[in-house]
Amino acid sequence: MSTDVKEFIDKPYESGFRTDVEADQFPPGLNEDVIRGISAKKEEPEWMLEFRLKAYRHWEEMEEPDWQNVDHQTPDFDAISYYSAPKNKPKKDSLDEVDPKILETYEKLGIPLDEQKMLQNVAVDAVFDSVSVVTTFQEKLKEAGVIFCSISEAIQDHPELVKEHIGTVVPYTDNFYATLNSAVFSDGSFVYVPEGVDCPMELSTYFRINAQHTGQFERTLIICEDDATVSYLEGCTAPQYDENQLHAAVVELVAKENSEIKYSTVQNWYPGDEDGKGGIYNFVTKRGMCQGDNSKISWTQVETGSAITWKYPSCVLKGDNSTGEFYSVALTNNHQQADTGTKMIHLGENTRSKIISKGISAGESQNSYRGQVKVTPRATNARNYSVCDSMLIGQECGAHTFPYIDVQNETAQVEHEASTSRIGEDQLFYLQQRGLDEEDAISMIIKGFCKEVFQELPMEFAVEAKKLLGIQLEGAVG
Amino acid sequence: MLLEIENLHVEAEGTEILKGIDLKVDTGQIHAIMGPNGSGKSTLAKVISGHPDYEVTRGDILFEGESILEDEPDERAQDGIFMAFQYPVEVPGVTNSVLLRQAYNARQEARGEQPLDPLQFDDFVREKCKLVDMDPDFLDRNVNVGFSGGEKKRNEILQMAVLEPKLGLLDETDSGLDIDALRTVADGIKSLAGDDNAYVMVTHYQRVLEYIEPNHVHVMVGGRIAKSGDKDLAVTVEEKGYDWLADDIETTGAA
Repeated sequence: MSTDVKEFIDKPYESGFRTDVEADQFPPGLNEDVIRGISAKKEEPEWMLEFRLKAYRHWEEMEEPDWQNVDHQTPDFDAISYYSAPKNKPKKDSLDEVDPKILETYEKLGIPLDEQKMLQNVAVDAVFDSVSVVTTFQEKLKEAGVIFCSISEAIQDHPELVKEHIGTVVPYTDNFYATLNSAVFSDGSFVYVPEGVDCPMELSTYFRINAQHTGQFERTLIICEDDATVSYLEGCTAPQYDENQLHAAVVELVAKENSEIKYSTVQNWYPGDEDGKGGIYNFVTKRGMCQGDNSKISWTQVETGSAITWKYPSCVLKGDNSTGEFYSVALTNNHQQADTGTKMIHLGENTRSKIISKGISAGESQNSYRGQVKVTPRATNARNYSVCDSMLIGQECGAHTFPYIDVQNETAQVEHEASTSRIGEDQLFYLQQRGLDEEDAISMIIKGFCKEVFQELPMEFAVEAKKLLGIQLEGAVG
Repeated sequence: MLLEIENLHVEAEGTEILKGIDLKVDTGQIHAIMGPNGSGKSTLAKVISGHPDYEVTRGDILFEGESILEDEPDERAQDGIFMAFQYPVEVPGVTNSVLLRQAYNARQEARGEQPLDPLQFDDFVREKCKLVDMDPDFLDRNVNVGFSGGEKKRNEILQMAVLEPKLGLLDETDSGLDIDALRTVADGIKSLAGDDNAYVMVTHYQRVLEYIEPNHVHVMVGGRIAKSGDKDLAVTVEEKGYDWLADDIETTGAA
């Protein structure tokens, strides 16, 4: 490999600035008082506190799993602050009252919250550290009957909806980090699309970790009633700190009969520096329940950030004829590690699932695809199609594939394809010989490789995702 | 003079492959470089276009009077050097039309000229497809993915037609083609050749030279040009093979 290509990947993280706002932050440490404190800050009803405490007591008995193909120090849970909110807590629906510094932060990240300047037809919920600071386009959504707000507000204003669904897809006992999240979650987004409604705009949440020594534990719940559809996107960034920061989110999706949820993620948390110092631990549990017949859940993720990404957005295909899809691009560079993939659990008859995973490893990074396809005895005529492609850039990175296939019904059809390729000098030379400079040539090869996934992203975000990949890869090919 | 190569010595992984090449190519000319396997003829084409595997240890390559040894492959391409590959490379997920347009516009920009938008480019490229008898459906297919050998070679000529180079280097473009495909490719090259450009064809066989008549023929043996002449040299080589030239060069070397 040429040295030019090595130089090319190492463009600095562009979202690594910190915003100076006064924060209302809990001292580090975790105990029942902290959990009661969070619940009290949020003025939560008793049932919510009970849910948190049950989770906390369960978590105390748990140990962090070690089967994942990543190498890390278990975070010191007593060194993390579990609640950090900008002090000047804004009132909803009024941008004027949001701390201008926070608005500036989002502006700088390319996410203007001013509705005039915003992307047409995209409503945004902005989460800053532990709390949601503003949700745009509330009026327009209300007309359609769609509820889009922070989960804290939903607990206040729509307690029956939250109570009925929270923890039904990801139970509080589910896994170490999901259980921790259930105990301490701070904020996140809530979406409710009533029967027969096609949500008139894209919904989007932007998560920003700002404060140091804090964890972000957001919780998102999306409910789609019969014959309803919604498309939701989340984006994430964080400042550069030398310490690792923990992000342990839970996302639950509930799709009822004939409904469709499309969930897209563009994740650009701070990945750490080129020596592997600092960066976000992105340990997330995302799961969708295709509860009703003919329902569909589609996950699309573009993961370029975080020191460690460890997550498996999954679908439980309970309704007959329901469909689950997972489209993923995971890019790792320098010392980043990713162990990501999906689970498709076929419970209903004629259920379908599709997995398209593209892993790109550069630098000294390690990138693993881990996926499970399970066909239970009742799932007659289930079908799965999986493609896992890995691309290596350079000589010191690694790509790994761990498919788990468990078929308990003989009518099932499960197909799995995998490939590994390397960006070769031949490919680069070919494109450069046609007049493309090295940067454009690499970017063309990568975009081609990821095409099937980018096609699934809403237009505006596809452009952003392609840009992100370019930035993350500069200097990578060597 | 369009291209001047002076005493060019080239190594790859410590082995000397080219051992002192001198060659001059002017506009309006077509040169053929022949030679047995391992004679260095393909290496010469790759070195002119800047392949990173080769190291120039002595000598120089001048293009339009200036040394290009320090230039990146893309800079050379933008100067007007094009190489049709012996083994065109696949680029999955990238359509022919996207590559062609991006390459065309990169060159336009380098020359300070207007890029074409996708619609304008589509009209432009469809005309070019006719030159190589290529179905425009090929524009929507991924670059060289699933192409037959003949389709890949025609695709190279299509790219060349779009980029309109000053110097076209054809690296065994004729190999692996049946007679009809060979004729199509040769017709394409002929229609592009003119007074303001030049072509250097690297080839194993004399066959293609029946369709495209070269002004100059050079025979390479063992990293040197053993003999240069007109098109009759190609015929002699076809009849006598390369051995007599090898003897020749050894004699010269010994003297």
